[in-house]
Amino acid sequence: MTRKNAASQKKSLNSENAFHYMMLAPFLILFFLFTVLPVLSSLGLSFFAYDMISFPKFNGITNYLRMFNGDEVFKKAVVNTLKFAVVTGPLSYLLAYLLAWFINEFNPAVRTVLTFIFYAPAMIGNTVFIWQVIFSADSYGYANSFLISSGLISEPISWFRNESYNFIILAVIQLWTSMGISFLADIAGLQNVNPELYEAGALDGIKNRWYELWYITLPSMKSILLFGAVMQIQATFSIGSVITSLAGYPSINNSVDTVVSHLLDVGTVRYEMGYAAAISTVLFLMMILTRALIGKILDYLGK
Amino acid sequence: MNKSSEYKRYTHSRLGNAVYFSFLIIAGAFSMLPIIYCVCTAFKPLDELLVFPPRFFVHRPTVENFIQLPAIIENLRIPLTRYLFNSFFVTCLSTFLHIIVASMAAYVLSKTNIRFKKIIFLVVQLSLLYNAYTLAVPQYLIFSTMRIIDTFWVYILPAIPSSTGVFLIKQYMDSSVPDSLLEAARIDGAGPVNIYFRVVMPIIKPAWMTLMLLSFQSLWSAMPSGTIFSEKLKTLPYVLSSISAGGIARAGSAMAATVLMMLPPMIILVVSQSNVVETMGSAGMKG
Repeated sequence: MTRKNAASQKKSLNSENAFHYMMLAPFLILFFLFTVLPVLSSLGLSFFAYDMISFPKFNGITNYLRMFNGDEVFKKAVVNTLKFAVVTGPLSYLLAYLLAWFINEFNPAVRTVLTFIFYAPAMIGNTVFIWQVIFSADSYGYANSFLISSGLISEPISWFRNESYNFIILAVIQLWTSMGISFLADIAGLQNVNPELYEAGALDGIKNRWYELWYITLPSMKSILLFGAVMQIQATFSIGSVITSLAGYPSINNSVDTVVSHLLDVGTVRYEMGYAAAISTVLFLMMILTRALIGKILDYLGK
Repeated sequence: MNKSSEYKRYTHSRLGNAVYFSFLIIAGAFSMLPIIYCVCTAFKPLDELLVFPPRFFVHRPTVENFIQLPAIIENLRIPLTRYLFNSFFVTCLSTFLHIIVASMAAYVLSKTNIRFKKIIFLVVQLSLLYNAYTLAVPQYLIFSTMRIIDTFWVYILPAIPSSTGVFLIKQYMDSSVPDSLLEAARIDGAGPVNIYFRVVMPIIKPAWMTLMLLSFQSLWSAMPSGTIFSEKLKTLPYVLSSISAGGIARAGSAMAATVLMMLPPMIILVVSQSNVVETMGSAGMKG
């Protein structure tokens, strides 16, 4: 068993390798079919004019030129998307982590209940309706009826049509709905921090939980933190359909239109699929840059 | 169970504890809001649904909304049990296949030295960042080329290679399955199948339990558009949307149906999370 000659060792290594390829194959084939191929064709489509009726017509970089010279809404949408990303992205990510970390202190039964409570927003498939009821523009909305009956306002406020409120309300909604996945991943990740490290840390004189968090817990789960960050980037930059259903498209003075809400309009209302693909590609690049930046930031953990 | 009883990790400052508990309570109340709202609305009689000013909580709870459901559903062209079966069949099978396929791929990407694994993993990560909406049209063309439009495959096949699952499990393996352990298993004569099922899968249980929840939940509420036409292949979300289409008079029943629809994912949530935590207990004993 322990003494194998070189030839048979090589043979077993080869058969193990073959086995590994077999393990990877089902994923790779389906992933290529249903994800890689569509992404590639969408990247290609961004150089075509395509209205879903006539055959796609090659038009070079026209779609990209149009985005930067002439599509005023797109420029506003990029600025708004970045505003949402900067306000909600980091906050939602940190909040998800803090909650997972706080919960981790409790015993298993309590922890399960608390996980249930904090994951609840993600459980209800479509949560838009509750915000519609709360922030309804007439006096039937909970927010308006509360403010009117307590005498703070006399006229109902049209929350999503008012530029001084709509951004902040939508940011809070986004914050609250985008935490789910990284919250669960953080909980799972916290389970696997080696308890011996905490013990060693205590002996080395770590005196409060924040030091322990920074020097032991966070560095031990770096790879899960990266997962959470990527999912957060995805959720943050994809904000759009919720905004469209609450604030409409176009929103008042395009104040909360995002790249994705613009994209949905171009694609599903105007059927300019080539242009929609070009917008997606630019959004894709924005997310890749953000992802690279986050990778750099995570390298500083525990230092 | 309680780590601080084994050794003194650190002192809890009183201010820290106050901040900690108030944060948990405020965040908890905020997050339970929509579920409480749904449950309250589902038990509201019609006059309370229309009352002004609107009330958040229910005053005279009634099960009327639930009792009306069978009568509303009676008009469906095929029996409800068929939708129910379809939903469970599609969701459970896809989730199961997704976990197996994703964790096998993640294992290869995390723990072996096959060629191209770095580039494959990079593509998996990047694919998560491409806007899903734009992919619908090319995906539709692929479905129709494969001739799987209007079959169960449209639900199942695209759900299997979800990048989120591979990414999550790969990251989890990177930090929690030590290479030395796999090496030891190999020296003990364990073949790759044994290593994968007996050594790796038990360690990463928190990750695949989490994945089970994420996958179940998203498939349970999924409603593929333009790819399923036969009524006998449709799932529960279609029924739910046809009830909600009934307008304000059916608002209570629609909410009752929504609440019922939430139950299976909630059960999965509790099952998966209590398992995530249980693994912690056994891992602690090993240490």
